[in-house]
Amino acid sequence: MNQPVELMMIVLVLTDLLLLGSSRVAGSVRLMAAQGLLLGLLPLLAHHGLGGHALVLAAGSTGLKGLIFPWLLRRALRDTETHREMEPFVGYVASLLIGLAVLGASCWLGARLPLPGPVVSPLALPVGLFTIWVGLFLIVARRQAITQVLGYVVMENGIFTVGVVLVQGQPFLVELGVLLDIFVAVFVMGLLVFHISREFEHMDTDQLDALKDWSS
Amino acid sequence: MTLLLIALLLMLAGGLAALAAGRSAWSARLGAGGAVTGGLAGLAAALRVLLGGTPESVRLPWSVPYGSFHLHLDALSAFFLIPLFLLAALAAVYGIGYMRKAAHGRNQGPSWFYYNLLTVSMAVVLVAHNGVLFLTAWETMSLASFFLVTFEHEEPRVRAAGWMYLVATHLGTAFLVAMFLWLGHYAGSLDFDTFASALAAAPPAAAGGLFLLAVIGFGTKAGFMPLHVWLPEAHPAAPSHVSALMSGVMIKTGIYGIVRALTFLGALPAWCGGLLLAIGVVSGVLGVLFALAQHDLKRLLAYHSVENIGIIALGLGVGLLGRAGGLPAVAVLGFAGALFHVLNHALFKGLLFLGAGAVAQAAGTRELDRLGGLLKRMPWTGLTFLIGAAAIAGLPPLNGFASELLVYVGGFRSLLQPVPRLVLAGAAVVGALALIGGLAAACFAKAFGIMFLGEPRHADSAGAMEVGWTQRIPMAMLAGGCILAGLLAPWIIRGLTPVLRQLLPATAPEAISGAVRAASALERIAVTGVGVLLTIVIATLALVRRRLLADRPVTVAGTWDCGYARPSPRMQYTASSFAQPLLDNFHALLRSRRGGTPPAGIFPAPSSFHSSTPDSGQRYLFNPLFARLAGLLGRFRWLQHGRVHLYVLYIAVTLLALLLWKLGGS
Repeated sequence: MNQPVELMMIVLVLTDLLLLGSSRVAGSVRLMAAQGLLLGLLPLLAHHGLGGHALVLAAGSTGLKGLIFPWLLRRALRDTETHREMEPFVGYVASLLIGLAVLGASCWLGARLPLPGPVVSPLALPVGLFTIWVGLFLIVARRQAITQVLGYVVMENGIFTVGVVLVQGQPFLVELGVLLDIFVAVFVMGLLVFHISREFEHMDTDQLDALKDWSS
Repeated sequence: MTLLLIALLLMLAGGLAALAAGRSAWSARLGAGGAVTGGLAGLAAALRVLLGGTPESVRLPWSVPYGSFHLHLDALSAFFLIPLFLLAALAAVYGIGYMRKAAHGRNQGPSWFYYNLLTVSMAVVLVAHNGVLFLTAWETMSLASFFLVTFEHEEPRVRAAGWMYLVATHLGTAFLVAMFLWLGHYAGSLDFDTFASALAAAPPAAAGGLFLLAVIGFGTKAGFMPLHVWLPEAHPAAPSHVSALMSGVMIKTGIYGIVRALTFLGALPAWCGGLLLAIGVVSGVLGVLFALAQHDLKRLLAYHSVENIGIIALGLGVGLLGRAGGLPAVAVLGFAGALFHVLNHALFKGLLFLGAGAVAQAAGTRELDRLGGLLKRMPWTGLTFLIGAAAIAGLPPLNGFASELLVYVGGFRSLLQPVPRLVLAGAAVVGALALIGGLAAACFAKAFGIMFLGEPRHADSAGAMEVGWTQRIPMAMLAGGCILAGLLAPWIIRGLTPVLRQLLPATAPEAISGAVRAASALERIAVTGVGVLLTIVIATLALVRRRLLADRPVTVAGTWDCGYARPSPRMQYTASSFAQPLLDNFHALLRSRRGGTPPAGIFPAPSSFHSSTPDSGQRYLFNPLFARLAGLLGRFRWLQHGRVHLYVLYIAVTLLALLLWKLGGS
């Protein structure tokens, strides 16, 4: 048992649920930043000892997901004069209910998934899975392009959680690769969102279907 | 093996350097330099194995599931590598001069990179000994050639040809993937070494099914009718030195695949030979007929590739029938003829495509009806093209005759067996080869006559100039290769003995050697003998001519200056009028479209005529098939609505469903 990690997992679940119920874009970005800062501590706590790898990983993760991404998104929010509301396809209460169902499914899956090695905390796998699903859900069920970037980062938080607590042997390179990947993705998405809003005067992804290559 | 790896690295390095050099003049020099030095090193490696006879093998670590970086250079691979490296080096030299004009100041770097990558990937296809590695190299080859075909991508026609090629080659690869998965199912591994023993224990029907998959998958690349539809589109679209490489060698990787499959599929039933024979007859006869009906020079040559692939398939069919019937003499003749024709076709078709590129560049058009009178303006191209044309038409003593002769004799041998099946097969082979040979001769009489003889039909070809030395030397060397491969046929066939041993594992080595000796003796009389005789006759006639002209004045006058008061180029035969008497006999097969206004009345008004022969396979098989398929799949268009949210939802739901399914079951 690793008490701090357990605690962290519980906080993670709570932030996930808050994200599902949050109606403000700026608030969601703050939640995302909090998740990032929180998860930045995870490599330090999960591995007993402060190795160089864990430190680099913690610094990279905190810096990117706790500071740079929120800053990028806030800047995009300010520059593009996005609506302050999340503009959901699926309402907040319904989102929360779906979130609870997914949490149940994640626990069930987490108990059954065959694991390659020992886990730091039995909570880690279900919570990681749950965070991935929440990220995906935010991408699917929110209208604005900025919330899609947000959902993407949340999904990565889930992958990060699973990766750090699970694959104790060689998470370093994998994680750095994922971080780099997501950095480029967010960077590109940030630019894209900015340009889309300038060209089309809105950032609703449900109107992107005008770009599809086949028209009925 | 080290030498081969060095050759491949040299080529890759040359390609990368060319890519880095970009717009500077060095990109062509570096790219071609890599291809030439790599080609020479590769030739040395292949020849050493083919003549020395000991297969070489290397395994490098490669962390891909079921994959291993296992290269194996045996006699069969070495034999296919020889035309590859030879033609790649020569076509690269030609490409220096060709691309200087064809690129129109554009960046040549990528083109050279893909050229070298194509050569390297073909070489890896030929030596790969693992299914994953083979398919990786196969796809690299297809993609590299796709980017080469679409070099002039600003033209819609070129883009259409490129897409068609891409679709065709991927459909073919799908069958290959199925074949390797099936093989892996029996063998438990995708290493070629394990296939033969695993299939010996598998049900006999499996070998037949695998053979069918191989014929469809590899046949798409090779250009078997009716899977050939990409050939007449892609070859004209590509730059000429690339067409030469693609037609001369790349389509042969399909033949290599089938031959390689024959080595591990075990004793195949006789119907497999019959199938290849039927494919050979259809591809050969229809290929040459469609070639005869074309007006575009490179399209015509592309259809000739289909024809020659047909001849190779005929040889393989004879070989397989002989193998299944326990007749080593027939099998050796068929296989040796097919393999030898692979080499020969690379030589003369490479030469012809290079010549076609030279003509197209000098005259600015590939339309036969706008050319004419080029022999006086481009003597080098004309002479080498004539040699290539004679070789492809199967005239002795050139190399085309040498290899077709073997298939002919194999057909006659089969005809004389007291087995009805073999009699029928022999008759089909002999009849088809005779028809193909005659029509090919007619077709090249048309192509050469219209292009090089007579008077220019258009101002462009009147101002044509001979191409530069870098383009002339490769053509001259390939023409020399056509003559040499014919004259040296007896020895080349002896060199094939280790390859034939691989193909006929059940036959005693002495029987194979005996049959090879007999074939070699035959070639010595029929090809080398005729060659020597012909040389003597030509030398004598030249002497006589010189003697007769010794004291007389020689004047030079315009073409057809004697018979007509005002000769006009419009009075000449056109490409379609020359071929019309022959083509009329085959109208049922070709379905040419003809139109225009015939002359009428006593004082006819201006009249016109035009004809075109679109591909039957595309017109009657693939267009309706794909239209039907598009209609069927159109019903699922609602899934493709362009809403990003729902696309992500599809992914999420699929993931969740897979997880639940996998974990719920356990």
